[in-house]
Amino acid sequence: MIPELGHYALMLALGLALIQGIMPIVGTRTNDPVLMSIAAPAALAQFVFVAIAFMALAECYVASDFSVLNVYENSNSAMPLIYRLTSIWGNHEGSMMLWVSILAFFGALVALFGTNLPVTLKANALAVQAWIAVAFELFILITSNPFLRVADAPFEGRDLNPILQDPGLAFHPPMLYLGYVGFSIAFAFAIAALIEGRIDAAWARWVRPWVLGAWMCLTLGIAGGSYWAYYELGWGGFWFWDPVENASLMPWLAGTALLHSAVVMEKRGALKVWTILLAIIAFSLSLIGTFLVRSGVLTSVHAFATDPTRGIFILAILVIFIGGALALYAWRAPLLKQGGLFAPISREGALVFNNLFLTSACATVFVGTLYPLVLEALTGGETKISVGPPFFNATFGPLFIPLMLAMSFGPLLGWKRGDIVSAAQRLLAAAVLAAVAVAAAFAIEHGGPVLAPFGVGIAVFVMAGAVTDIAERTMILRLPMRATIMRAIGLPRSVWGTAFAHFGIGVTLLGIVAVTAWGSERIVAVKPGETVDISHYRLTFDGVFNRPGPNYRDVVGHFTVRRASGDVIGAMEPSRRTFPARNMATTEAALMSRGFSQLYLSLGDPNPDGSIPVRLFFKPQVLMIWLGAIIMFFGGGLSLSDRRLRVGAPRPAKAKDKPTPALQAAE
Amino acid sequence: MKYLQALMLLVALFAPTRLWAVEPGEMLSDPVLEARARALSKELRCMVCQNESIDDSGAPLAHDLRVLVRDRIKSGDSDAQVLDFLVARYGEFVLLKPRLSWHTVALWGLPPAVLLVGAVVILMDIRRRRSGQTGAEQADLTAAEEARLAELLRDRSAT
Repeated sequence: MIPELGHYALMLALGLALIQGIMPIVGTRTNDPVLMSIAAPAALAQFVFVAIAFMALAECYVASDFSVLNVYENSNSAMPLIYRLTSIWGNHEGSMMLWVSILAFFGALVALFGTNLPVTLKANALAVQAWIAVAFELFILITSNPFLRVADAPFEGRDLNPILQDPGLAFHPPMLYLGYVGFSIAFAFAIAALIEGRIDAAWARWVRPWVLGAWMCLTLGIAGGSYWAYYELGWGGFWFWDPVENASLMPWLAGTALLHSAVVMEKRGALKVWTILLAIIAFSLSLIGTFLVRSGVLTSVHAFATDPTRGIFILAILVIFIGGALALYAWRAPLLKQGGLFAPISREGALVFNNLFLTSACATVFVGTLYPLVLEALTGGETKISVGPPFFNATFGPLFIPLMLAMSFGPLLGWKRGDIVSAAQRLLAAAVLAAVAVAAAFAIEHGGPVLAPFGVGIAVFVMAGAVTDIAERTMILRLPMRATIMRAIGLPRSVWGTAFAHFGIGVTLLGIVAVTAWGSERIVAVKPGETVDISHYRLTFDGVFNRPGPNYRDVVGHFTVRRASGDVIGAMEPSRRTFPARNMATTEAALMSRGFSQLYLSLGDPNPDGSIPVRLFFKPQVLMIWLGAIIMFFGGGLSLSDRRLRVGAPRPAKAKDKPTPALQAAE
Repeated sequence: MKYLQALMLLVALFAPTRLWAVEPGEMLSDPVLEARARALSKELRCMVCQNESIDDSGAPLAHDLRVLVRDRIKSGDSDAQVLDFLVARYGEFVLLKPRLSWHTVALWGLPPAVLLVGAVVILMDIRRRRSGQTGAEQADLTAAEEARLAELLRDRSAT
């Protein structure tokens, strides 16, 4: 009964999405306020029915209803409740349900809180959002129905893929999807502006909070996925340039560029046409990311070709939405008026520089991810090449370094016309600090790549640059402490947000450089009583014992960790986890944090002679990689809470003594 | 060949996973040679895995390749010779960083091309704007600026 209810609710949601996608557009064409006003309630109703469908699916998982094929294939009654819930999005059909639910959720938010939007813009944007919903709801109903029943209900489910049974996977996909789908709002607003053929600075002000929110979620989602891969996959890597990772990195890069260009548009009315294009690109890349991960094209082009229904459907969605949006852009963008003059050396100039390099970096990831697929498809499988980490390190790195160096200058330059000499003078302290860091890195660390200390220098420069911005604005040390504090409190939160986000990038970079350059690794087979030394630590292998879990069993190795001086600082218990339901095993690495650094220990299969192979890493400053992402998230949150964004764009009451905004409904 | 690959993939997927990359037994005793082997392993793809280097992969094929790389190094091959040997045997597919050739020109060329074209477009735009920047245009204030100006003037008249 419940799955049928869910199925039916999803169909009703599709019907509502159709209404939401057609009526308001007709309304804006015919100037019919009644038709336009259908958009908001339709969006809310659509969300309600999508939510019912999603909760029906959740109930099937919670109740372990194995008569539902999707539950049978991905769940198991022995799994803890939390993993039964996360199984919902641990598979194709369920993750599409999550995607659509978040889409409808955002639509409902626009309908509820977009009260100060011009009527036509709101109607058009919600309609565009509804088209996306129609496409994905059709996709689910036709090719990926999660509510299908099995004729003879099995007694037990087949369990979730063990490597997905992890707390990290509870929050990583929802965060990622919040980011992906969040960009749909920017996309919908961009298309709505193109349909109207008008746009002004207020557009950026309406869209920026959505972009910022999506960017924050995506940042945390990517970082969460990276940390999950780090501890779950058992070899301690934090980024693999895997197509699935790249799929999430591309929208992040485009979204970061969009965030910055929208600032220019909001403050100075410039870069309008470019910002619209970026909004289209950011969401297009989110769609491509979904396609890459969901169509099976990554496993093999052949797998895609043998069961093409889903892939072809998603490909059609891609072609229609991306192609349609770009065609509309080519047709309508020339109508949009450019505005806002600025000198090359200015805040705007710096943000253009940022956009240039972020876009190039994004293009690099794009071409590197898709090139092998395209080449194979074009040559009929004759020419197969691989594009992996060495390629991306060689191309992406050089594009990011200028960006890092310029990042500290941007906020110190004035709008319209900036003074690079004065900005450089103010960054002198930061530069000195960076130089000291380079020297210190050379002095402390022996071995490792020669360039690594310079990487540390860049990271310190980025962090110190972010601090400089705040120090300059609060005039610290030049005014009495009290006055400085008053100024710090008075600073707009968006300024603090920028500083925190930039500081976070520096922190992440420092972690990446340190762990890449100076991490160490031991791979040895140990017998009970033997020791392994790494960095300043000595680990003693005490033995192996068994530990049962709810739906798995652990073979645990016990290690005592000592400092070089001999005092015990703790124990580490890595394990090999076997899941009987799928006859699969995972490695559960043991981590021990020492400051921001970590000891990382994972086990192999025991040898016949009683020894057990272990992989032991010392990962210096590794936690900074994810800490930086959390700081970026926090910075984004500060910026989002800025009064300017909260209050929103011109309100009807204020509009009286101001010139009518260009986007007001033309009645 | 295709069927063989598919078969290998199946075997890799359903064989009990070893989840274990470089094993103690296969490492070389000379740390310099071993370091070279590790560096090379990171550039080579485990052909039955999804985008994993043989250094990261626990698949049996990756193990065989790691041993092969170490054998070549022990017998005195240079890094380039080892890579050439593997490419001759398994094709370009084995390299995670494709070599520059006619079918990878677009791959290697696109990132710098995007940067260059972008820079040129921006510079041209700046030039165009500069030449078009007349006194009249400069006097054109945005709505926000006008409002701010009016506010400032009001403040002044109030005091």
